[in-house]
Amino acid sequence: MERELVVKKIRRGTVIDHIPAGKALQVLRVLGIDAADGQVVALVMNVESSKLGRKDIVKIEGRELSKEETGIIALIAPTATINIIRDFQVVDKYKVSLPHIVVGRFRCSNPICITNMPGEPATYRFVLVREEPPILSCDYCGRYHTVEELMGSIT
Amino acid sequence: MAWRGRDVITALDFDRRDLEELFEVAREMEAYARSRRDVLRGKVLAVAFFEPSTRTRLSFETAMKRLGGEVVGFSGPEGTSAEKGETFADTIRMLDAYADCIVVRHRAEGAAKLAAEIAEAPVINAGDGASNHPTQAMLDLYTMWRTFGRIDGLSIGVMGDIRHARTVNSLIQSLSNFDVSLYLIAPETLYPRREVLDLMERRSVRYVVVDNAKEVIGKLDVLYVVRIQKERFLDPLEYERVKGSYRVTPELLSRGKPHLLVMHPLPRVDEIDPAVDSTPHAGYFRQASLGVPLRMALLYMVLGE
Repeated sequence: MERELVVKKIRRGTVIDHIPAGKALQVLRVLGIDAADGQVVALVMNVESSKLGRKDIVKIEGRELSKEETGIIALIAPTATINIIRDFQVVDKYKVSLPHIVVGRFRCSNPICITNMPGEPATYRFVLVREEPPILSCDYCGRYHTVEELMGSIT
Repeated sequence: MAWRGRDVITALDFDRRDLEELFEVAREMEAYARSRRDVLRGKVLAVAFFEPSTRTRLSFETAMKRLGGEVVGFSGPEGTSAEKGETFADTIRMLDAYADCIVVRHRAEGAAKLAAEIAEAPVINAGDGASNHPTQAMLDLYTMWRTFGRIDGLSIGVMGDIRHARTVNSLIQSLSNFDVSLYLIAPETLYPRREVLDLMERRSVRYVVVDNAKEVIGKLDVLYVVRIQKERFLDPLEYERVKGSYRVTPELLSRGKPHLLVMHPLPRVDEIDPAVDSTPHAGYFRQASLGVPLRMALLYMVLGE
């Protein structure tokens, strides 16, 4: 139980805990959550953590993220834990793990990749080829991307 | 993996058993490369070259005709519906309705993979951007296999623009199935891409990267040469300074082993001195001529009954 709550508990939804300090906004970006969605989201940044020293926390009210959705968080915040909340209780808790495939979230940085040709039905798709640090290969042209490179081309 | 109906998209999709099986069939096809063997009668090959090509397109067309099949297609987007703005995907859907197999060359990287996802007919990648040229790699390895009777144990130098040449990318992918030593010879600006370095590391390929052929020429069984294009250099003076170091001359070859085989995917411009043509080292014309039996074998294995 948290001793002091910076933001109140949520009734139902997802708490993403143990995000490395300063990465919370990137976590929201990679999840594709922004203010325009009307989603109730609480961001806690730079709070003390026994594991990480400092950490960020993201609370998403009213939305339970699936394991498929949360895998992508591991690219930004490999230490993150996901807590699924119902009636103020944690009903599921797990550590994020790197996704083997990421579909549709990032653009390929290769200007002559078929996925960047207008009108062609090729979906952006990346395959994890290295874990530490993560390297993802475009499934069409094979070009490698670091997470930083991918974050610059978020769809 | 079974060959029939198989797409040929990247060299990595073919392991050494696949390649050795292909080479055995290609060896048989050599006897028919100047005659006919009507094993694909009634089959239609669509040759969709959105980018110009001489050797690859003509060797596919010749191979199909020698096997008794028919060829339809185009060379360059001019006069096709691509010029009117039709998507690549729609052109492929149309060809899929007409033909039993589609050979594709396109400037977009990953185009052949997309074509394979769309088409029910098998798709053969005849070059996509700087990415892949798997049938050239098959031909290159076949030339080595025919010349030396093996690929394992060979020391192979690859010289020139190893950063941007799709033939080199596919060649290294294919060679990673065998126990070879690679010597990558290029100016620093054209060193291999991280994707290629990573592949060699993951597949435990022995390799060194050097910037001068003279350092390693004595160790090589094969010297595979690709062109260095002036446009790749930000500073034209840099190009003028380095280009001579990546030119194959009789003088360079005199330092090599007597059986050293010089290969080149062609066309060459000035990276091989014409004086090399008449030496026993010149393997590039034979390499080009083996393109027909190799592609006959490939088409037969993908399309044959």
